Amino acid sequence: MTEITIEERVDDRPGGLRSVLSEFWAYFSENRGAVIGLFFFIAIVLIAILADVIAPHAPNHQYRDALLQPPFWQPGGGFRFPLGTDAIGRDMLSRLIYGSRYSLFIGCIVVSVSLVVGVMLGLIAGFFRGKIDTFIMRIMDVVLAFPSLLLALVLVAILGPSLINAMIAIAIVQQPHYVRLTRAAVLSEMTKDYVTAARVIGVKTLRLMFITILPNCMAPLIVQAALSFSTAILDAAALGFLGMGAQPPTPEWGTMLAESREFILRAWWVVTFPGVAILTTVLAINLMGDGLRDALDPKLKR
Amino acid sequence: MSGEVILEAVGLKRYYQIDRGAFKKPAVLKALDGASFKLKKGSTLAIVGESGCGKSTMARLVTMIEPPTAGQLNIGSENVTNASAAVRCNLHKKVQIVFQDPYGSLNPRQKIGNSLEEPLLVNTPMKKGERREAAQKMLGLVGLRPEHYNRYPHMFSGGQRQRIAVARALMLNPQIVVLDEPVSALDVSIQAQILNLLTQLQQRFDLAYMFISHDLSVVKHIADEVMVMYLGKPVETGSREEVFSKPHHPYTRALLSATPVADPFRSKERIVLRGELPSPISPPSGCTFHPRCPSMTEECKYTAPELVKKGGCMVACYHPKTY
Amino acid sequence: MPLLEIENLTVSFQTAGGQFTAVDKVSLHIEPGEIVSVVGESGSGKSVAMLALMGLLPWTATVTADRLAFNNQDLKTISKSELRKIIGSKMAMIFQEPMTSLNPCFTIGFQLTETLKIHLGMNRAERKKRAIELLELVGIPEPRKRLTAFPHQLSGGMNQRVMIAMAISCNPELLIADEPTTALDVTIQAQILELLLNLQKKQGMSLVLITHDMGVVAETAERVAVQYAGQQVEKQQVKGLFSNPHHPYTQALLNSLPERSNSKILPSIAGVVPGQFDKPKGCLFSPRCDYATTKCHTIPPTAASEELGKALCHYPIVDGKPTNYPEEVNP
Repeated sequence: MTEITIEERVDDRPGGLRSVLSEFWAYFSENRGAVIGLFFFIAIVLIAILADVIAPHAPNHQYRDALLQPPFWQPGGGFRFPLGTDAIGRDMLSRLIYGSRYSLFIGCIVVSVSLVVGVMLGLIAGFFRGKIDTFIMRIMDVVLAFPSLLLALVLVAILGPSLINAMIAIAIVQQPHYVRLTRAAVLSEMTKDYVTAARVIGVKTLRLMFITILPNCMAPLIVQAALSFSTAILDAAALGFLGMGAQPPTPEWGTMLAESREFILRAWWVVTFPGVAILTTVLAINLMGDGLRDALDPKLKR
Repeated sequence: MSGEVILEAVGLKRYYQIDRGAFKKPAVLKALDGASFKLKKGSTLAIVGESGCGKSTMARLVTMIEPPTAGQLNIGSENVTNASAAVRCNLHKKVQIVFQDPYGSLNPRQKIGNSLEEPLLVNTPMKKGERREAAQKMLGLVGLRPEHYNRYPHMFSGGQRQRIAVARALMLNPQIVVLDEPVSALDVSIQAQILNLLTQLQQRFDLAYMFISHDLSVVKHIADEVMVMYLGKPVETGSREEVFSKPHHPYTRALLSATPVADPFRSKERIVLRGELPSPISPPSGCTFHPRCPSMTEECKYTAPELVKKGGCMVACYHPKTY
Repeated sequence: MPLLEIENLTVSFQTAGGQFTAVDKVSLHIEPGEIVSVVGESGSGKSVAMLALMGLLPWTATVTADRLAFNNQDLKTISKSELRKIIGSKMAMIFQEPMTSLNPCFTIGFQLTETLKIHLGMNRAERKKRAIELLELVGIPEPRKRLTAFPHQLSGGMNQRVMIAMAISCNPELLIADEPTTALDVTIQAQILELLLNLQKKQGMSLVLITHDMGVVAETAERVAVQYAGQQVEKQQVKGLFSNPHHPYTQALLNSLPERSNSKILPSIAGVVPGQFDKPKGCLFSPRCDYATTKCHTIPPTAASEELGKALCHYPIVDGKPTNYPEEVNP
């Protein structure tokens, strides 16, 4: 019996995580908006982490001598309060800086809760099919049938208005998207030969679900997670604005908007800056999400 | 040890229910409708047929991914159909599979090394070092280098991936390997490499191959026994020499003459079959081949012929060609 | 007077890893009423060359050629609208995947008559009559009924017949068939090949058959061009190619076919086709060639004479032996 000796060249580009990352960056950086979004997002994260250091004032300290002071470039404004103060003399800039913590916190918690639960449900539905699948998917259809903000509002009304309850409500509202996405990805992966091969090898159900199939379903989920991060911030702000989210005096952006809406004609800055903060953050994350989709979605490659 | 029967199928059937909407009765798809065969140690049984003939269903039954609707499947001395879970688990190790598409059959997120080690990880108590050693040895056996251990599938060409798929199938020292169109997705020059590899491995490990293919020139090269299938039923079985030199069934003869031969000097009368392959959901009555058969008579329309001995072959036809 | 002249056609693509030459100086002359086969493995650029001719490549492709003429009309200089008139009517193409080549949203009849409307400007009744005629011509039973069918209601073989009907609807002078039977079953493949050959004879058109299947080549073509890694390595009459191949690649390829071998171990070609990043310096086939010498590894060969099939080799093979082969090296 002769040994088979066939020398073959193999693609010698570096393997492992580094090559995956460099390929990812090549696709991601093609999209200029995504890169801008990414840097903006990193800036917000840094601001949130370093809030204690960079904020000029405590977020809830009331300066009774400076009520509704305009920003520095307006007559009457000054550098003591660069973006002015609100109706009870709190520094706008400091409140916005501390507010970024809440926004990121909301985004992270909502996304991770709905991602983990959604992936589990979707994986179970797609893997086992049959009655379990029908049961899970019909519940998700019911959740989807409600206007999302309305459903969140009802849930908060039942649970009682607080930031935690608002996050639970938003997570529940976002759930079905993850379940559907995971299920679709699992269904398409299940038909691939490598799954059958793993079965023939004797791989057991749990290993098949989590080690063989799940990693191959992650790309669309990462994109969905990035995009729903911004939806979560937006929804939380909306709930805050309606008085159902974070409660005053928490410097949450939506709550800040709600508190100051009576000053909209007299002191524009009190309303505008939290609004701009929400807008830019959401926009940056959405841009970044688009870039992620370009980089991770195999259908768009090449 | 050669010559011992290690896989035996008797009247193997597999039906699927196809839902056709809420208001229609579900249809029954007879993907495999009674196939019997024996596979001997160290030999190759080729299953030949066109799409919808039940080749791939056969692969799924033999590898125990799906249970048969009826019939019996014996591996070694064990009956698979009513075996206990522990016995089945043990039998799983004896039958492995290689797929057609080398791009879909390897997990894209798994390193080659992990792919090869996975069978050992889930089935044996081997230690990490031992597994690694076994995987690297197997890489060498299929013509790859041990350095390839840490690479991902996308770095390999189609032929190399097919080598990896073969290596993975052999990790558990199986006795039977089901080859589901292992070379039809490959280029001609690579096809020859893989066929050689398969031949060498068969000799080395005394493997039994169930070689599923639609390409008769490849089958003629590698098979010992041939089974020709049409719409879920075997129409002719026999040794390679018999089937290729004296094909009895009109379908076998049409298939042989339709296969292009790379020889421009050969003049041959070509039997071009009329019509399309019928749908397996509503197969024709009687002999399923009768609407396309050149030697069809009234009899063929009503009752399906049984497999009967004819020369060195078993043929299911009322009007086989005699030599 | 050749119907189609391609002289030194080169196609390169702009990719993330730099410029990639998919087709490298390919020449092809096709006489009226001739069947020419372009054969090669995947990545040999056989489809790309024809797509470039039809102007169907994406914008990342750069196409250059010394001459590109159809019926003595220069395709490089004529206007876009002139080109549109030729492509689809005088020069038609069918593809490998019949299931995806037809638009699933429209009926067979609609897609068939659309071509007639654009190129021939027929009225509704004429179009319908011609469509039925065409479906009959390609052997589709009950053509009147099929006009209202959607592609998914027909089998792969039937869809390929519809594609052929569309391609021949304007009586083209040249039909390019890109792997027309690869996705089909063997018995259906025989039907489609026979149909193509019959139509070619009946309509007197030229047929370019792109394939990787040597069997199909042997049974259909008159002349064959063999491509390897984007280059044309050999051009010959079909009988000469199979009995006396002049390029080592052709020889090795033919030897590795299971049906031409008697031993259990096939004489295979080691290695793989070079890709974008590992193109050899000299002859592109040298890393896999049994006869390769230092000269082969360093200097790209030039095409041999017409009698030697224009073989792109330093030592073109005659009767199985390389010519002008240096004495001191033993293959």
